[in-house]
Amino acid sequence: MEYQFLNCAELLALCHKHKQPISQIAIRREMEFFRKTKTWVRNKMKGVRNTMWEAIQKGLQNANKSQYGLTGGDAKKIYAGLGKMDKMFHSKVAIRAMAYAVATTEQNARMGRIVAFPTAGGSGTIPGVLFSTAQHMKSSKRRMLNALFTAAAIGIAVIKHGGTFSAARAGCQAEVGLATAMAAAGLTEMRGGTPEQCVNAAALALKNMLGLACDPLGGLVEVPCVKRNAFGVTHAIAASDLSMLGVKSFVPMDEVVEAMMNIASRMNEGIRETALGGLAITATGLKVREKMGLKPMPKRYLEWKKK
Amino acid sequence: MPLSIFDVAGPIMVGPSSSHTAGACKIGQIARALFRGTPKKAKFYLYGSFATVYQGHATDKALLAGVMKMWTSDPNLKNSFEIAKKKGIEFHFIPITHHTEHHPNTVRIILEKGKHKLSVVGSSIGGGNVKITHINNVPLDLDMVAGRFFSIIIGHDNKPDVLKPLLKKLREWHCPISETQTFAVGGTHAVSMMNLEGISLKLPQVLELEKTESIQFVRALTKLPT
Repeated sequence: MEYQFLNCAELLALCHKHKQPISQIAIRREMEFFRKTKTWVRNKMKGVRNTMWEAIQKGLQNANKSQYGLTGGDAKKIYAGLGKMDKMFHSKVAIRAMAYAVATTEQNARMGRIVAFPTAGGSGTIPGVLFSTAQHMKSSKRRMLNALFTAAAIGIAVIKHGGTFSAARAGCQAEVGLATAMAAAGLTEMRGGTPEQCVNAAALALKNMLGLACDPLGGLVEVPCVKRNAFGVTHAIAASDLSMLGVKSFVPMDEVVEAMMNIASRMNEGIRETALGGLAITATGLKVREKMGLKPMPKRYLEWKKK
Repeated sequence: MPLSIFDVAGPIMVGPSSSHTAGACKIGQIARALFRGTPKKAKFYLYGSFATVYQGHATDKALLAGVMKMWTSDPNLKNSFEIAKKKGIEFHFIPITHHTEHHPNTVRIILEKGKHKLSVVGSSIGGGNVKITHINNVPLDLDMVAGRFFSIIIGHDNKPDVLKPLLKKLREWHCPISETQTFAVGGTHAVSMMNLEGISLKLPQVLELEKTESIQFVRALTKLPT
């Protein structure tokens, strides 16, 4: 297995050995492992890209609320902000990226079709960042596709290094946090960064998302997931900017992944997708629970307040 | 099986949760495939977190949609209750909260049509991966992935090389097989599951596969004789 890589350091070594960007290594790995042609792999990723774009378009037009009315309509509001850029402090790219990210996750909450890249809860960050910046840079479709391959390659390196995408195991840092890291790497390659800069951007992004709890209200993938994707987008763009300006992450990416799993092992079970802690047991969270007709929260989870 | 980039960049699915929606739909599809045809009555016993959060994650709609052979990426999935009513399928969801035997996300599906009855127990183990643990109370262990593959289930005699003519035929049709699992049921029967990638079989092809010697049945997970 020539294109096998088990962590980001090996991925970078492969890039140097073959003098190719990360995306090409990812394509060749897929071709080698599954005996597919390059066209087949690229066409499959094109399907992924088209589904993402469809979800964004539908999400921007649809302002309906989700089933329990927790989310919906924000994507339209954010997108309207593009018309009054003189009053905004963020760049046009970031505002549009936030609109796209929220559109995708709202579409997910409304039971629309999305790509779970890497999971359904963090599905907005990568399309948000990549589509918005590609439109700004007027990138070709091919470069956009390569950015998706780069993002996926980082995901594989993380999983192979002992990471996970499961919020039930590691909290939101493994969903939106890793999506942010993958998006930062993809964006850095799209704007012409070296493989080191891509991995560095991923490390910078993930480092700042460490320790994020998964505490959804009523167990629904809506609050805070939808807006967390919007903030993840700005994180990814910032990390990519820093990396392109020459800022180095002091801790390499592989060690950041180890740190993530270390934090995961110390995380309380209540903040790992069980909806028994954090935002889920605030007064608002309990109201949502009541509205959904779930059993009342067991008392032992609410005892911390009395201390 | 090695990790593919499309395990990271995928699956393409209908929200809101990969384990509670896409996985549940896949379990429904498997039950339907093993049942033969549209059931008149469907009962779903929900265990663990399926029992507590199934409304919010649309697990109920996804399970029913699977039983009506919808894909995990079908946008019609959210209307599955109305579609089932139109088709005249009676359905019940029974949450069972005080049961610790199964994996947290588990469902027991019981499909009925006249005297014909089938029960399947399946668990959704995260990221759209599902596991079938019982068929008609016979324990087995089949793994499947939602959204990425087109799967076929084959019931055959428990002898070596039974699947060879079938594999040869699939090769002739240029169907890429990415994974095969076999599980013996009792002494004489076995169940196999194959994942085909990027291609789906048509009904005449499935029927042709079924004619092979010592093969009892072949079921394609979404295109079935009704």
